[in-house]
Amino acid sequence: MMERELRLMKGNEAVAEAAIRAGADGYFGYPITPQSEILEYLMEANPYKTTGMVVLQAESEVAAINMVYGGAACGKKVMTSSSSPGISLKQEGISYIAGAELPCLIVNVVRAGPGLGTIQPSQCDYFQAVKGGGHGDYHLIVLAPASVQEMADFVELGFDLAFKYRNPVMILSDGAIGQMMEKVYLKPKKNRSTVIYDWATTGKPASRERNIITSLDLDPYAQEIHNQNLQAKYREVEKNEVRLEEFQTDDADYLLVAYGTSARVSQKAVQLARAEGIKVGLLRPITLYPFPSGRLKELSRQLKGILSVEMSAGQMVEDVLLSVSGKVPVSHFGRMGGVIPTPEEVVDSLKLKIIGG
Amino acid sequence: MTEEILIAGFGGQGILSMGKIMAYSGLMQDMEVSWMPSYGPEMRGGTANVTVIISSERISSPIIKSFDTVILLNQQSMDKFESSVKPGGILIYDNNGITRHPERKDITIYRVDAVEEASKMKSPKTFNMIVLGGFLKVKPVIRLENVVKGLKKSLPERHHNLIPMNEKALERGMEIIFKVR
Repeated sequence: MMERELRLMKGNEAVAEAAIRAGADGYFGYPITPQSEILEYLMEANPYKTTGMVVLQAESEVAAINMVYGGAACGKKVMTSSSSPGISLKQEGISYIAGAELPCLIVNVVRAGPGLGTIQPSQCDYFQAVKGGGHGDYHLIVLAPASVQEMADFVELGFDLAFKYRNPVMILSDGAIGQMMEKVYLKPKKNRSTVIYDWATTGKPASRERNIITSLDLDPYAQEIHNQNLQAKYREVEKNEVRLEEFQTDDADYLLVAYGTSARVSQKAVQLARAEGIKVGLLRPITLYPFPSGRLKELSRQLKGILSVEMSAGQMVEDVLLSVSGKVPVSHFGRMGGVIPTPEEVVDSLKLKIIGG
Repeated sequence: MTEEILIAGFGGQGILSMGKIMAYSGLMQDMEVSWMPSYGPEMRGGTANVTVIISSERISSPIIKSFDTVILLNQQSMDKFESSVKPGGILIYDNNGITRHPERKDITIYRVDAVEEASKMKSPKTFNMIVLGGFLKVKPVIRLENVVKGLKKSLPERHHNLIPMNEKALERGMEIIFKVR
């Protein structure tokens, strides 16, 4: 195997380069801060010349997600990216893709809202990402990178999961991870896939009927069966795909739960608190859906309290509460509006809300 | 070893690229690095700042509020970030345009008059390399040879002819930085 290549890159650039290397067939996007580097990098790299990957700036976010819908229906490895307001615009298309059971990758480099909000990093789109987002009973598989390395790695992982379950996958990042530069090891370039899927609209042999991709079924009983099948798929995802990382949880009396940028801040907070003799650990969900509820429940038996740390008014904390069913006190600490909490603030909040509480 | 650095000044002064060269240099020395820019409204005119962390260990938070070394290159940055130096840490500043000099007594203060020196050298764009040279003199966390390697990595090939000039600026920065107190 070829050696991995070491680079210093922004999170956004890492997503773009990783997409080329993962053998993506197409990227359709529309610029918005703080993720425009994904589109810019791909435009400059012009992978159509090397791998044949199509990169297209659509006329709008709505057009971009529907190009993804079309590409995915053909069985192609396609993706889009945007930031919060743009992801809201894409929700109709995302719901259709989930309903039609097609694979694709959506990257959300979150900025603070509501509305146009600000361009600074936030985690205020948690509910939108993990509870569906668009209309209808559905789930995305949601990956939360906490480093530039994971921004790169989760592109390939995201495509793999998308095709394994024929389900849209979202990388839920934020402006800090998108904009910051870190070391990243890039995998060697893979060729684009030549597999023709039996569910796709392309490659129909004479031996089978043509495939129809739709999210519409006017028969309520047939629609309900479709819903049941979707739910069964989500239960499979919940069983198989939970990913998490733990930091100093072995002897922990207290636990921080945080993902993405908040997890980086919280890891430092653990070090600071440990230096003061407080036995605290960190659980970092890598998959936000499926949420690592099982492990949290297990850990809760040894814990005196849990602090959920998010750059939001408190969204993931609801999943933490559901996971531990009231067995241990749970509280939330967060900053909003594009403000990143400092490790010192996290430690202070832990003392105030959990240890002293 | 972990060195947490903040660089702040006017947008367009080469603040972000100076941080980038630091990060690349750390990379060349097998260190862990992170580079976190202010990408907000500041970048669209006004002040710019960047946090660079160079460490022999995995970097936890790339976002911090107090730093081992703070490099301040205009008065607005001085007003905003003088308080961000850790007690016992280092503040480096350029005298150009400064109306209120740093006042803290619990830190070491250095001055590198890079704007003036760059204009003397007739290469105003190497200003940030003079500052970087000054920093490396007082905080030799990266070897000069690795900075040159970092420069090569971060500059596009078509600008590689500028590397000797930048090397000279780095060396000049090392010579002219002085301790205020």
